[in-house]
This record gives sequence, structure tokens and C-alpha cells, in this order.
Amino acid sequence: MFRSGAIWAVAALAVVGSVSAAYAGPTLDAVKKADVLKCGVNTGLGGFSIADSTGKWTGLDADVCRAIAAVALGDANKVKFVPLSAQQRFTALQNGEIDVLSRNSTWTLQRDTKLGLNFTNVTFYDGQGFMVPKKLNVKSAKELNGATICVQTGTTTELNLADYFRANSMQFKPVVIEQQQEVLGAFFAGRCDVYTTDRSGLASTLKNDAPNGGADYMVLPEIISKEPLGPAVRQGDEQWTDIVKYSVYALIQAEESGITQANVEDLAKTSKDPAVQGLLGTPNAEGKTSGNGEALGVDEAWAVRAIKAAGNYSEIYDRNIKPLGLERGINALWSQGGLMYSPPLR
Amino acid sequence: MAIEMTGPATMAAPAGAPRDVIGWLRENLFSSPLNSVLTLISFGLIVLVVPPLVRWGILNAVWTGGLERCKAVQGTGACWIFIAEKYRLILFGLYPFKEQWRPLLMTVVLIALLAASMNRAFWRPWLGLAWLLGYLAMGILMWGGIFGLAFEDTDKWGGLPLTLILSVNAIAFSFPLAIALALGRRSDLPVIRMICTGFIELVRGVPLISVLFMASLMIPLFLPAGVDINKLLRAQAGIILFTGAYVAEVIRGGLQALPKGQIEAADSLGLGYWQKTGFVVLPQALSLVIPPMVNSFIATFKDTSLVIIIGLFDLFGSARLAANDPAWRPFYVEGLLFVALIYFVSCFSLARYSRYVERLARQGDQR
Repeated sequence: MFRSGAIWAVAALAVVGSVSAAYAGPTLDAVKKADVLKCGVNTGLGGFSIADSTGKWTGLDADVCRAIAAVALGDANKVKFVPLSAQQRFTALQNGEIDVLSRNSTWTLQRDTKLGLNFTNVTFYDGQGFMVPKKLNVKSAKELNGATICVQTGTTTELNLADYFRANSMQFKPVVIEQQQEVLGAFFAGRCDVYTTDRSGLASTLKNDAPNGGADYMVLPEIISKEPLGPAVRQGDEQWTDIVKYSVYALIQAEESGITQANVEDLAKTSKDPAVQGLLGTPNAEGKTSGNGEALGVDEAWAVRAIKAAGNYSEIYDRNIKPLGLERGINALWSQGGLMYSPPLR
Repeated sequence: MAIEMTGPATMAAPAGAPRDVIGWLRENLFSSPLNSVLTLISFGLIVLVVPPLVRWGILNAVWTGGLERCKAVQGTGACWIFIAEKYRLILFGLYPFKEQWRPLLMTVVLIALLAASMNRAFWRPWLGLAWLLGYLAMGILMWGGIFGLAFEDTDKWGGLPLTLILSVNAIAFSFPLAIALALGRRSDLPVIRMICTGFIELVRGVPLISVLFMASLMIPLFLPAGVDINKLLRAQAGIILFTGAYVAEVIRGGLQALPKGQIEAADSLGLGYWQKTGFVVLPQALSLVIPPMVNSFIATFKDTSLVIIIGLFDLFGSARLAANDPAWRPFYVEGLLFVALIYFVSCFSLARYSRYVERLARQGDQR
């Protein structure tokens, strides 16, 4: 009995040992050796990662992948997009199928710790909201007691909904459907009074799916959950974590410093602003560079490539999220009343 | 009511025919009170369903133009512009846009090979050679990397070619596996019997979706660093093993249905095990189970759409992908109808072909 137990323990250790050994190696070296960045994205979410009619991946999350590839490999096109379902995403990161996960994943404490991940930044602050037909004459989510609510399965949306109604001691009747199109169909056919999902999803629904261009529907002011979305990497490779983290911060700082996809190469040669010089790795008056690239383990032009690849954060936002019908809101720069804030890149 | 209904038909029919029409109606549609009621209910349903469908799908539908025209008819007419906009994404998935002639050519080669193989006149040794060459050509087309073709990894394969590759390989490779498993399960050697039975029961006991999950998520956890087995290959192997287990049971049914006298007759002729199996048992057993076997293959063809859960975009998956575009999302039904048509044509052809093979097999009995 004891012996067989011991054998199993050894076998289990061997498996665990070999598994963790597989990830201990520096990710950057592996990425360079493969000469491609394996980036986990959503199988299709408008604005974040979606294949356009020609099969090219577009969206905020896809652009983040390109920026990271531009930093790590020097070429924004060296990305292998790995479309992942919600169930697959964290396992795919753990088992090394992908190098970075950029798939509208909410940063939570337990994911950051127990799942062995590191969330690096927030690229989009989302939150769950409610949409109702205007004829219902509801002005606040607090008036929704007894409502029938359309919700998609298998997401935190369902849990948040139940929590919110319990906290406010209200009743609701859920209509739970798996496919997004079918949820929308049910809602617009009047099977439920309310539709709930993330604010970004509501905005896009109002603009694209609602009949009459959304004139008969409205989004209620309450936001019932915090959904900070951002890229994640495996724990235990600090260098790689830093590369992903500062690739994203470079995009945010670029917006703040007025660096765009169009002018980044000129500014890299001509700018006299120390902050810009530091970010873009331009030698200052004394001929010294900031050394950011060396500190990250890449070359000094890393940020130039990232910005050249994807544009600064506002360019990425305007290209991908704005067409959904969503204004910047809390995703604006800190200097404009939002939450987007990069630490000094020096 | 019946007389009213026959009115127009009487007018339209040539002289002499009316009696036949009334007679036919009476015989087939109004032969008993129950049948009359069922006929009227069916007729009512047709009247209820067909006109709105025609209005939506044809009369109010838009065929050319841009997104605005679709928005204008949203809810009242079909937006076939969606298909025109997205057909390449639906048919070829994420294969690079400029290179899509390659999967197109591959699909043509594969369908030509399939069509040739279905014709009895072509059942000659050179057909095997043709398949070998065809596989080589298809591999070169899809992967590239030589003859100046850019290399395209399997993660970019998608759409109809992927569905065909997965299902044709599944059918081709699961069939010999299934025969071996079915024979093994009836073997006199206990070890072989136990292995085959164990495999069949194990694989039949889990859903295909979990086989695919295992193949895509668990296997990499147990591989050493740097060793990476292709995801498509893993999924393909999973589907082959799964189909093999099911078809094995179908074939075992055929083996059991075979009269014992056939085997005894073969024994008394002094045939060895392989001669007996190859010349007497299998030909009869297999021809008995053509319908359920084709049934399994049709199921396999459709089951390949489950690979979407491991991030491969087959025909159905890429249609869903196309329908996720926020601007075109309201018109996803049109996309689904488009792929449903492709699935139907494929499965219906397979079913018709199985009828043909059944007739061929029966000719042997009638001689």
C-alpha cells in the first residue's frame, strides 16, 4: 500500500517536475528561436480580436500582439495568432502553446496567483451593464426587480448578475442562452426585458444589432462589475513579463507624448524632448541613450517598432473600439480624466 | 374541400387526366378520415410557412450592394450580400487571402479523386497510385514551402478544405482500424480480444469533444519542452480513433449476422484464417453493414465541426467567425444557411452513393 503510494507520488512529481522545467527557460529566447510570437486571442470578438473579410486578425488585442512581436522579434508580422475558447485560454498559456495571452481576460486575484499567471497591464477597462427597451420606462438598474433578463452562459456575467440582484434584494428571471447571436435575437424579439453583458458589448449591440439603429433602446447608468482586461503571461519569467508590460506601456506613453504611427520615425531622429528621447531610445545631447532596451533585454529601438506596428493607444482605440460605438470614458488618459497611466519609461 | 382543391388542377390537366388526379388524391391524401385531417393540417402548415420564407429569402432579399442595403431590409428580408462579402472567409478560413487558390485547387483535386473512386469502372490498381500522387500534390498545395510556394502552417488551414481533410482522412484511416478492432474483438486470443474490447469501450465511453480537449490541451502538458506535435494532427488522430471505435462496433454487428455455416464451409475447404476472413467473412459482413457504416461516416463528417473548440476553424467554425463581425452580425442566419447547404449537399451525396454501393453488393447475391 505504502509502496504503491510512494511510486505514484514519485511519478506525479516527475510529471510536475518535467512540466515546470518546460517553462523555466526564458521565454524571449524561445520566441526568438521560433522566430514567431504565439499569441492567444479570442475566436472572434468585435473590436478586440476578429478576423476581417480577408482573414486578417484585427482588434485591440490583436494589435497588442503585434506590438509585442515588434518589440521582441523586430517584426510585427511575426505573430502566430492562436484563437482560443474561454475554457482553453489559461491552459494554453500554462502548457506553453502560447507565449502571451491577449484575449479580453479579466484580471482577478485568483487568476493572477493560483492559475500561475501574471497579468501585465490593463488595456481596456470594461464593466457589466444593462440594456433595456426605452418603452419599459426604466431609468436605473435598481428598478429592475422581477425583470426577465437575457444573459450568456459560461461567463462571469451570469455570476455578477446574480450577485448584484442578491445584494440589492431584488428578484429576477434569467433567460440563459449560449450563443451571442441567439441571446440578441431573444432580447430584440422581446423574450426578456433586459440584456446584460459588458459595456463594450452593449455599445456594439446598440450600434450594430438593435433595430432602428438603437433608437428604441438604452443602456442604464449602473456598472455592476469591474472588468479590467489585459494581457497575461506565465509566472516565473520576469524578463518576459517586463517585455510584455512595457510594450503596452510604451503605447500608452506614446499617446501622452504625442507620438503616432506616422511621426514616430521622424521623432526618433529629431525630438529634443528628453521623455520622447528616452522612450524612443534616441541618443541625447551627450550621445547617450536611455538604456531602456538594454534593461529589457532587447535593442534600443524597441518602442519605435511597437508604435510603428500598432500606433499609440488612442490610434488603436479609434481604429478598433470606437467603431463599436464606445467613447473613451474611463479608458482615456489619466490627464484627460481616465485611468490609462504609464509609469515613467526611463 | 377536396373538390375545391382539385378545381385548378382539373383545369390545368390535359383531357382524360382529371379522373386520375382525383383518383390519385383520393388514394394518397384522403384515403381515410385520419389521412384527410393530416393532409389538411399539412397543407395549412405549408401555407403558413412557405410564403413568409419565400418573402424573406427571395422577394424581400437583397443580393448586391453594401451593408446599408442589408440594414434597410433587416428583419424583413435576407441579406445575401453577407455571403458575397464573407464567402472567402467562410470557405477558406484564415488561409492567407492571396494564397487561397491553393486550398481551392486542393479541394478540386480531392473532390475529383473522390468522384473517380466512387465510379466502379475506375476500381483499378492505378487508382491507389492516383491517391498517393493526389495526397502528395494536396500536401504541397496546402503546406507549400517548395516550388516557390510560401510555407503555410496548419494553424492557418480552415473552412471547407479543413472539413474535407479531417473527414476524408477520418473515414479512410478509421475504416481499416475498425476492421482490425472488430476482428480483434472476436479473436480467440485473449490478449488481443481484451485490448480491442478495452479500446472500443474506453473510446465509446467519452464524448468526442473531450477526446479533442485531451488531444489539444492535455497532451502538451506531458510532452518534454520543445516537443510539439501539430494541433491539427492531434485532432485528426483523435477523430480517427473515435470514428474507428464506433465503426468497429458496426462491423462487429455484420460479423455476428453472418451465418455460422459460411465459416464452417470455409473451414471445410481448408482455408486458413486470413483467407477465410479475406474471401468469405469480410466481404459478406461488410456488405451487410453498408447503411449503418455510411451513417457513421456522415456523423463523422458533421462531427468534425467540433474542432472549433480547440481553435481550428472548419467550415462551420469559419462561418461563425464571419458572423462575429459586429457590423454583419445581425445577418448570421444567412451565413449558417449557406454552410447548411454545403453540408446537406455533401451528406446527401454520400447517402445516395451508399445506395449505389448497396445495389452493387446485392448484385452479387442475385447472381
